[in-house]
Amino acid sequence: MAQADATMMGGAGASSGTEKLVTAEGVPLKRALERAQRRRKLMAFALVVPLLAFILTVFVFPIAQMMWLSVKNDQIVNAIPRTLEELRDWDGRELPDEAVFAALHADLMEDLERPRREQATGPMGIRLNYELSAARSAVSRTARAASGFEAPYKEAFIDAHRLWGDPELWRIIKREGRPLTASYYVAALDRQYDEDGRIVQRDENRRIYVSLFGRTLMLSVIITGMTFLLGFPIAFYMSILPMRHANLLMICVLLPFWTSLLVRTSAWIVLLQQQGVINTGLVTLGIIDDENRLSMIYNMTGTIIAMTHILLPFMVLPLYSVMRTIPPSYMRAAKSLGATPWTAFRRVYFPQTLPGIGAGGVLVFIISIGYYITPALVGGQSGRMISNEIARHIQQSLNWGLAAALGTMLLVGVLALYWLYNRLVGADSLKLG
Amino acid sequence: MKSTLKMIGAGTAASVLALSAAHADDPVSLTIVSWGGAYTASQVRAYHEPWMEMNPHVTIINDDGSANALASLRAQAQAGNVTWDLVDMLPSDAQLACEEGIIMPIDHDEMLAAAPDGTPPSEDFLPGSLGECFIPQILYSTVLTYRPGAFPDDAQPSSIADLFDVENFPGRRALQDRPGTNLEWALYADGVDPDDIYDVLSTPEGVDRAFAKLDTIKDHIIFWTEGAQAPQLLADGEVAFATGYNGRMFDAIEVEGMEAEIIWDGQVVEWDGWVVPADGPNLEAVMDYLYFATDTQRLADQAQFISYGPARASSSELVGQHADLGIDMAPHMPSAPENYFAPIVLDNDFWVDYGDELRERFANWMLQ
Repeated sequence: MAQADATMMGGAGASSGTEKLVTAEGVPLKRALERAQRRRKLMAFALVVPLLAFILTVFVFPIAQMMWLSVKNDQIVNAIPRTLEELRDWDGRELPDEAVFAALHADLMEDLERPRREQATGPMGIRLNYELSAARSAVSRTARAASGFEAPYKEAFIDAHRLWGDPELWRIIKREGRPLTASYYVAALDRQYDEDGRIVQRDENRRIYVSLFGRTLMLSVIITGMTFLLGFPIAFYMSILPMRHANLLMICVLLPFWTSLLVRTSAWIVLLQQQGVINTGLVTLGIIDDENRLSMIYNMTGTIIAMTHILLPFMVLPLYSVMRTIPPSYMRAAKSLGATPWTAFRRVYFPQTLPGIGAGGVLVFIISIGYYITPALVGGQSGRMISNEIARHIQQSLNWGLAAALGTMLLVGVLALYWLYNRLVGADSLKLG
Repeated sequence: MKSTLKMIGAGTAASVLALSAAHADDPVSLTIVSWGGAYTASQVRAYHEPWMEMNPHVTIINDDGSANALASLRAQAQAGNVTWDLVDMLPSDAQLACEEGIIMPIDHDEMLAAAPDGTPPSEDFLPGSLGECFIPQILYSTVLTYRPGAFPDDAQPSSIADLFDVENFPGRRALQDRPGTNLEWALYADGVDPDDIYDVLSTPEGVDRAFAKLDTIKDHIIFWTEGAQAPQLLADGEVAFATGYNGRMFDAIEVEGMEAEIIWDGQVVEWDGWVVPADGPNLEAVMDYLYFATDTQRLADQAQFISYGPARASSSELVGQHADLGIDMAPHMPSAPENYFAPIVLDNDFWVDYGDELRERFANWMLQ
């Protein structure tokens, strides 16, 4: 210990012994430099602050809040604390006993005395209805009548609504009587709890989300592939054209960007429907007969065609910007060294366009996975995507918990795919223009 | 004599309210949310314009947000920043919002005008239309419509059963992409009495039965999402049948001149009306406006501009002619006796309870 102290003292003595560099004001140069650098860092940071604040408030915060909504579950805890206390030792088999019903009555009576805005039974009923149909009216009808109830409460409750005599409702109350829940995720995976609290698959005719996720992925892959197949030749052609002509083509590619989404979609309806331009043209030409007009809209085909059109620029732009930078001399060199045009393209040109393909592919794929207006208008029944369900739960059914769970799963899925892409291809090879 | 006195009383009350509003505050701007299109236009002409004329200090801003009103109301309430003053919505949404406590409970007799003969609002509004937080304005219906050109002259469809009969009435059908109305019609066409439909539908067997009936026409269905799509599909000749709101169909047929006929059999009848967001910014002005806009004359006036039936019994005899077309509106109302022969009254309580489950089943069925 003493020895270490001595060494440190010695060290300090040694450094103070060397001559110190100072600025004109007599401040040690090292400290002056540090100060200047800190100031510069602060300045740089101050420039970034507005963007950082913007991203935090409109991006990070809402996403965090969405994730919070997918597990938040305070509706029942807020409404009936006494009942939950009484239910703690209930085994979940037979109906709970009179003490539980009496506690429920006391909870409802207390809730009725609160100002309307703070009453908790309404939200509780809506929450329970997500798990069991008609639980909402069981709660609201009983709450309205509760002031007239007299002991024994068990009969009074069951008289007011049959569901109070169903152990399933009580199991749900007990299970969801916690501030956090996994049940939105359970529902988002087409699963439910059985009588013993195990997670099992739903009835076959109520499963939708898993297959919708699958369909969304499949449609996004197809759309990405289509934009690549259509976009690659255009981008290549533009890259070898003189600037003037290339710009003209570019305007044609960008045109969908500048047209309102609804106009574009309606234009596709006019073209593709059974009495539409294409079908009528084919019938007039005698290629198909009047009975067998093609179904090209209000199904998956409609979604693929309309979305490929809308997302094409996102593929063409990165491809074009990459192709412009590939010197034509490389291809000439390959050919002069004896490669056939196809080999030269395959081994020399194509690998150099990979950063553009990667960027375009990631852009189109990620945008299409979350698209919902176009599928809603032209997708009919088979061209729907998961975002349509999310939008419906946000706007119509008001089940924000389930919408948040589905949204979180979509977000995690996209991040996982991006991670995979990064592992396989490398994100640093992305070139967005 | 007695009723005249009452009328004077009511008139005085209204003008006192209006006066107090005029004195109490400086310029007020009310944000009123509705469905947009022809429907908002009818409200502007029947309610907003006369009210602003009587109250020059009030400006009314129209917001077409009703389709997503429930989500917006909840978001505004949670953020503690309520910007809407009055919202037009469906009773099932109003019931949910009411239970969440984000809209105001309404004491109809206290807050609204009595009928000219003194009947209190709770008796004057049609039976079953009032809600705890809901003030009905109109009765509308979802009807089946067909294109006469799609069928021979001597074999035109006339009932909901014909919608499910692809043998005798071939052609594609445009239905709304939701279980409501479709399931009711499936059971009705399968022989269930309109009054028993919801009893049957709340049993698992009844639901299976409805879906089995829908299965018989599944390959002939195009689903529509937005209200404007249905008349468009008919006009384009894409479908032989389309379901739609009777007001939109009236507009397409009478105003736009589309070739189509309405089948009133099994029309699914529902209310639409006002709710007041709790803690809105101009509660006093809103209540004055509501007192005026839901009185007997105003509800009757709205029917001059759109073919939806007024929600007050006392308004029906005042329904006149279309303001622009000059045709009698009474025969185009869902509530007209010749149209109201086999109505299915939409049960909102049922749909709030079973809606989630049936929508999942319906979505699953559509994807199969």
